[in-house]
Amino acid sequence: MAEKFDVIVVGAGPAGISAALLTARAGLNTILIERGDFPGSKNVMGGVLYRHPTEQIVPGFYKAAPLERHVIEQRLWILDKDSAVTLGYKTSRHGSEPYNAFTVLRARFDRWLADKAVEAGALLITETVVEDFIIKNEKVIGVRTGRPQGEVYGNVVVLAEGVNSMLTQKAGLKKDRLKTTELAVAVKEVIALPKEKIEDRFNLEQGQGVTIELVGESTRGMVGTGFIYTNTDSLSLGVGALLSQVVRREVKPNDLLEHLKNHPLVKPLLAGGETKEYLGHMIPEGGYHSIPKLYGSGLLVVGDAAGFVNGIHREGSNMAMLSGKMAAETIIDAHKMGEFDERALSHYEKNLEESFILKDLRKYQNASGFFETHDYFFSLYPQLVNDAAHEFTTIDSIPKKEKQNKIIRDITSRRSKIQLIKDMYRGWRVLG
Amino acid sequence: MKSLEDKLFLNRYQPDKESHLKIINREKCLECERKPCTYICPARVYTWNPKEKIIETAYEGCVECGTCRYGCAHDNIEWKNPRGGFGIMYKYG
Repeated sequence: MAEKFDVIVVGAGPAGISAALLTARAGLNTILIERGDFPGSKNVMGGVLYRHPTEQIVPGFYKAAPLERHVIEQRLWILDKDSAVTLGYKTSRHGSEPYNAFTVLRARFDRWLADKAVEAGALLITETVVEDFIIKNEKVIGVRTGRPQGEVYGNVVVLAEGVNSMLTQKAGLKKDRLKTTELAVAVKEVIALPKEKIEDRFNLEQGQGVTIELVGESTRGMVGTGFIYTNTDSLSLGVGALLSQVVRREVKPNDLLEHLKNHPLVKPLLAGGETKEYLGHMIPEGGYHSIPKLYGSGLLVVGDAAGFVNGIHREGSNMAMLSGKMAAETIIDAHKMGEFDERALSHYEKNLEESFILKDLRKYQNASGFFETHDYFFSLYPQLVNDAAHEFTTIDSIPKKEKQNKIIRDITSRRSKIQLIKDMYRGWRVLG
Repeated sequence: MKSLEDKLFLNRYQPDKESHLKIINREKCLECERKPCTYICPARVYTWNPKEKIIETAYEGCVECGTCRYGCAHDNIEWKNPRGGFGIMYKYG
């Protein structure tokens, strides 16, 4: 196997596959190494794939890829114990080509995307774990896999290993011990339900899909969210919360998931459904301040391994694919120059700086740290909003002015006016 | 309602003969008060055996999320990927 490649990509998720596909398409000799049986067999996300970034990798992909439903409605439920204040946006403009977003199941979609990389000329090797680097004169010149005589040599190694980024750490690009405030743990079930039932329950026409994000009681007030996404003939239902809070409150992730499934507003949506799979995953939620060094001599870091997740906007796979694309572009340029040292590969970071990826992550750089220490945005506030809505919608012959005063009294007894103003200001500072 | 064991049974695994998860120092577990690994793991891989006074590791059900690696307050879990082709194999993802 001691063959030499132009590009070695470690990990076949959206980031790694994108990088491999584009370098192969440019004629570079590319190997894509995946530890699972097939690309996608180890990969987990909630399930929303965005059209625009995906087309940067495979134009017109939605005509052929295994997608579930195109998303025409996004809902937000601010959840309390037995109620929810709901917001949402639904549009027919997202209901026709070129579409905005799709629900996907990653074991199917990633496999398809990897096939495209193979068609472009990349060599895909599965069931193979990359364990270490081969280093010569302080430059990475290849990787050592778990296979016998498993050395693979190459000019550049793209680290697309996901959130469990042992190689990125081994290379000294990322600190060894991430903090529990920088990570979320998420669990999910895929629940089979007949097409017609999904379309009736969620008010959809054939092929249309909806996403629901749930904050508040869905995580028992921890910083995090629950989600329900409609697939073709199943639902993806999950919940994730900051690991620091899960540890502190002694929460079992599966109990949290069951708690959400049994919520009086959620349960009817799942009735008659049959769980097909149970999944667990970590999400790198540290944001801008947790981003590792993104390049080294012969090294680039992409996707979750680089911490490219925007929890507030539910983005991750888009940044994974586009970081893969930018890595590919940097490598193609480096290949032309015949230089793969740190300086040549540093263009990757410059391109990221100029893109929405690092701009967005910088915008929200204080968000995850802020919510970790101000978690009443996920606990107290959802309750206050629900209580106010309850008071306002319950008709009981009390004059409206009195009702308003009661709502205000109720709120200020639980959070003082000064605190409320401070919260609004701080919230604005972090998100605005 | 399905128990966690029932749910894990739905998943497809190719278990290796040896564990990819290792408790580095058993002494540290004795001093560990809350033992986060026993509750934070989505697949409840880790259980405390009070008789033997050790953490038992049911690695066969591991979903490879890595939560234990950072959730262990004592940095006492050696976490590796299972060997190529072993471990969880999602059908849906």
